[in-house]
Amino acid sequence: MKYLDEYRDARIARALAADIAAHVTQPWVLMEICGGQTHTIMRYGIDDLLPREVELVHGPGCPVCVTPLETIDKAIALASRADVILVSYGDMLRVPGSHSDLFHAKAQGADVRIAYDPTEAVKIARLNPGRKVIFLAIGFETTAPANAMAAWQAKRDGLRNFSLLVSHVLVPPAIRALMASENNRVQGFIAPGHVCTVMGCAEYEALVRDFRVPIVVGGFEPVDLLEAILMLVKQLEAGEARLQNQYVRSVSYTGNLPAQHIMAEVFEVADQKWRGIGAIPQSGLRLRESYAAYDANLIFDVGEIIVDEPAECISAQVLQGLKKPTDCPVFAMRCTPENPLGAPMVSTEGACAAYYHYRRHAVSGKEGARDHD
Amino acid sequence: MCLAIPGKVLEIQAVEPMRAARVQFGGIIRQVSLDFVPEAKVGDYVMVHVGFAISLVDAAEADRTYKVLSELGMLEAELPPADSE
Ligand code: SF4
Repeated sequence: MKYLDEYRDARIARALAADIAAHVTQPWVLMEICGGQTHTIMRYGIDDLLPREVELVHGPGCPVCVTPLETIDKAIALASRADVILVSYGDMLRVPGSHSDLFHAKAQGADVRIAYDPTEAVKIARLNPGRKVIFLAIGFETTAPANAMAAWQAKRDGLRNFSLLVSHVLVPPAIRALMASENNRVQGFIAPGHVCTVMGCAEYEALVRDFRVPIVVGGFEPVDLLEAILMLVKQLEAGEARLQNQYVRSVSYTGNLPAQHIMAEVFEVADQKWRGIGAIPQSGLRLRESYAAYDANLIFDVGEIIVDEPAECISAQVLQGLKKPTDCPVFAMRCTPENPLGAPMVSTEGACAAYYHYRRHAVSGKEGARDHD
Repeated sequence: MCLAIPGKVLEIQAVEPMRAARVQFGGIIRQVSLDFVPEAKVGDYVMVHVGFAISLVDAAEADRTYKVLSELGMLEAELPPADSE
């Protein structure tokens, strides 16, 4: 397919990897923020193409993985009400809450439906005036404009039976929190190309300046990622810290203004809890007061839910790039995509699931060794 | 979740008060909202995420990047094979 296959050319990938190797003289730790990029890296074995000096660690950019347990529990509680239709992106159904997941709630009779496009949830509300339709609106900046459009359409049409359970996260505050952490090892970032397609690049200039860390906006194909890595390595080796855009075919400096406009109309920035990581100030979105009539958190009282993560899941360290999924003692043993203990094992963009799908065999020696533990 | 894929605009449609398009992704054709990329024309490539076009693929830039990169690949192909350690 045009603009996909070209960027999967193995010959170019090898040439880029050779170029990276020719430039590297010392170890560097780089982080790709987005789970979609993690998936490409694992699927195409990009980390294996790289010289030993370049270590890739995987960031928190999987919205399914960082949606708080409390939100999942709330969605399950709401879905279980007879008058409710809960609509969600498909990835969310198997994410474990503290006791169950939406998939099990559905199996037990809850009306849980999957939407590909958030405005499908608005259509469901129009077609079911006697039911309350709740859309589980999760995502990063990439998804926020589409989710905002669903709220905007519902308000325009005066729908009284539609609301959103919002759990939105923003990338730049997460990078800021990672860089400010005393455990941080990351020396350069690949910024998420589709988030920047919407938001543009300006927010990342401030991070480059404040932390003197190079950031390259990168795409999602193997060649994109290798080119972004090459750009980071060249900057690091030259002692530079600049913002560069590798993904020019989709990302402009100002981003998508109509999309930013609808986001700002519907949402405002708020403190947000990230699953596994904890609260990060001003790192999420909530509905504005003018959309209070569409805010499931205000309409439905499900009480305060406070729950703890399963103790053995080290997803907090995985999502911050401090540990690899294979460092988790239950990885591929008690935690598998069929039976995930933590969210990063659910979504194909979660680091644990990406390692499970593409790297399980590489660690089978470890599994064998563990049998004798 | 943040994946967006490039597709080719086959036809522009007016749906409700909005603009939408029939967009082709490989063998699949879907309806896509053009609310955020109103300038898209038939024949353009758009990046699509959860049913919404979020950018017009800059064709000149995409072709230029690819050309630069494939020359790099060509160059590599003309060199003797790398030592297999
Ligand atoms: S492998 Fe499972 S238990 Fe371990 S960190 Fe990943 S999701 Fe959590």
